[in-house]
Amino acid sequence: MSMQHVVFIILSAIALIGALGVVLNRRLFRSALFLVLSFVGVAGFYILLEVELLAMIQLLVYVGAIAILIIFAIMLSRQAMATDDKVLNEQWILGGFVAVALLATLVYVLVQVNWPVVEAAVPANSIQRLGESLVSPNHFVLPFEVASVLLLVALVGAVIIAREK
Amino acid sequence: MQVPLSWYLVVAAALFCIGLYGVLSRRNAIGILMGVELMLNAVNVNLIAFWRYVEAVRATMTGQVFAIIVITVAAAEAAVGLALIIAIYRNRRTVDVTEVDELKL
Amino acid sequence: MDYVLNLWVRLATGLYDLFLGWHLPEWGAKLIIDFIIILILVILGVLAVIVLTPMERKVIARMQDRPGPNRAWPYGLSQAFADAIKMLTKEMILPHRADRLIYTAAPILIVIPALMIYAVLPFGPQAADAKLQLGATNLNVGVLYFVALGSIASIAILMAGWGSNNKFALLGAFRVVNQLIAYEVPMILSLLAVVVLTGTMSTQRIVEVQSIPYLIVMPIAAFTFLASAMAELNRAPFDLLEAESELVAGYQVEYGGMKFAMFYIAEYVNILSTSILFSALFLGGYKFFGLERVAPVLAPFIVLGKAVSVFFFMLWTRGTFPRIRLDQLVGFAWKFLVPLTLVNLVLTALVVKLSANPWAQAGLLLLGNLITVAVTFLILGLVERRQKSAGSVVHGDPQEGISVNLTPAAER
Repeated sequence: MSMQHVVFIILSAIALIGALGVVLNRRLFRSALFLVLSFVGVAGFYILLEVELLAMIQLLVYVGAIAILIIFAIMLSRQAMATDDKVLNEQWILGGFVAVALLATLVYVLVQVNWPVVEAAVPANSIQRLGESLVSPNHFVLPFEVASVLLLVALVGAVIIAREK
Repeated sequence: MQVPLSWYLVVAAALFCIGLYGVLSRRNAIGILMGVELMLNAVNVNLIAFWRYVEAVRATMTGQVFAIIVITVAAAEAAVGLALIIAIYRNRRTVDVTEVDELKL
Repeated sequence: MDYVLNLWVRLATGLYDLFLGWHLPEWGAKLIIDFIIILILVILGVLAVIVLTPMERKVIARMQDRPGPNRAWPYGLSQAFADAIKMLTKEMILPHRADRLIYTAAPILIVIPALMIYAVLPFGPQAADAKLQLGATNLNVGVLYFVALGSIASIAILMAGWGSNNKFALLGAFRVVNQLIAYEVPMILSLLAVVVLTGTMSTQRIVEVQSIPYLIVMPIAAFTFLASAMAELNRAPFDLLEAESELVAGYQVEYGGMKFAMFYIAEYVNILSTSILFSALFLGGYKFFGLERVAPVLAPFIVLGKAVSVFFFMLWTRGTFPRIRLDQLVGFAWKFLVPLTLVNLVLTALVVKLSANPWAQAGLLLLGNLITVAVTFLILGLVERRQKSAGSVVHGDPQEGISVNLTPAAER
């Protein structure tokens, strides 16, 4: 039970408690804050997996932008400061059953497969390599460019959709 | 790399299924969107765990690139989704998905 | 003598060996030393408040030709202690039907990222055996860490606005987050220009690589980073939303006593960390004409000295300019700073590709920056001239200046 195991258990507790808080909480604003907690837990996972760049990107994009966007939308879509009365829709039992069944199946499969794990250190200049793969024609420049066009379309679309007529 | 890969995969599966429950059973559209964000996070954890444990030895960055693209797509989808929710709220005065189920007002 | 010159490194290694001598495991000794470093950095953050607050009030007062606070013992310099005692004795309220958890957690959550930024600030050169550096850690994504933590503060502000159960606090929180989000983009883009020039995001490396301070090499990036950072910190002239004389302090309106003091502390801790970061990225950090190689013990003091001079520049700006209105502020960010920083980034990337010699790069960049500044002023002049001739200046607009032309364009 080394330090890494302890840290992993703490981080997974944070992430899973955050996730449970998102789906089980009655009040929407608290759900959003639990979502932030879950994002921070996932960022901790990235740091544990030695990809600090992605951890910072996760914090910057998810916590610093998407969570704020969600909180803005929560506040712009409620009458005054009303709290919600009904949280679950009609199919929550079936939904819960599907989620639990899927979880059981996945866990059952995942702990049994012999994953082709290779013990290796993270490559030395991983950030440079990441940058090169993102813009190199041999690697992933096409998905990168398509993602940037997607962002432009989303930006313009969101502004037009949410505009006051 | 003392933590076995299956631990990461199990936690990612748990996050995914909790997000799935949120999507399937919540009334509020924003609550559903938060479930979707949880599922995308779970996918990212999966991708990065696999990158670290399987691909890092080859010094290629496919897993990380994939995860970055997923984050990008999640951001774009959250922006458009929330704009739609705000527009729906303006028209119907509610974001309860059980009440916004007909095209006719 | 050599012990004194390398004092901090010698102390750290001495403590480490002492702990090893007590038969502590290696990771235990390292953990204790890390804790001591964290303690020192937190104390530094608190010292920021104690030193910077009276300095700010005295300096601005002198700029405005008045004495400033002079009652607290030595000529008003222990004013921070007086403020602290005052705030500790105030009543801590909980607004009616406010969400208690959120209301209480917001001030705590706003101080945490402010203090966490100190982990990536470089306070001194890397020791010869590369095991120690003066500073908490040498994170290879230090610059991105700074930006990411700065964006977490917005969540804490939204929590403060919501938890107060007060519509005006909520609206104030919205407007502050609007400002913060708007200025994140120019800040990231100007930091990216520095990262492109240096080739690394580690703040320690950026200081090591700077043979010429980047303020001279890329003045546009320095100016835009400083402007964006001042807007992110809610400092004048961008502090419409939380100034003491305006708008009853916005989202902090329901906070009293020590909780309000937390917001105050977070602001000044942020100011010091941003000043240290600016001096590390643009002013050469702990370098002072080679002094830090001769006497590394002075390196933290050099850093603090540069940070305080950056802070003095911020005070100077505060005492000089009037406050900017929120819509002008946000327009300034999106319509002026973002295109400017984008052009600067493209220019920097171009220059880095054109030549590998650092002096040639510096010269080309300086030239490019000056040309960009000249072109910017030209464009601004053209825009202003066209606005004046089209008569589109509305009465009451702060752009109109002394002579007001009220005749409609058709009659002219």
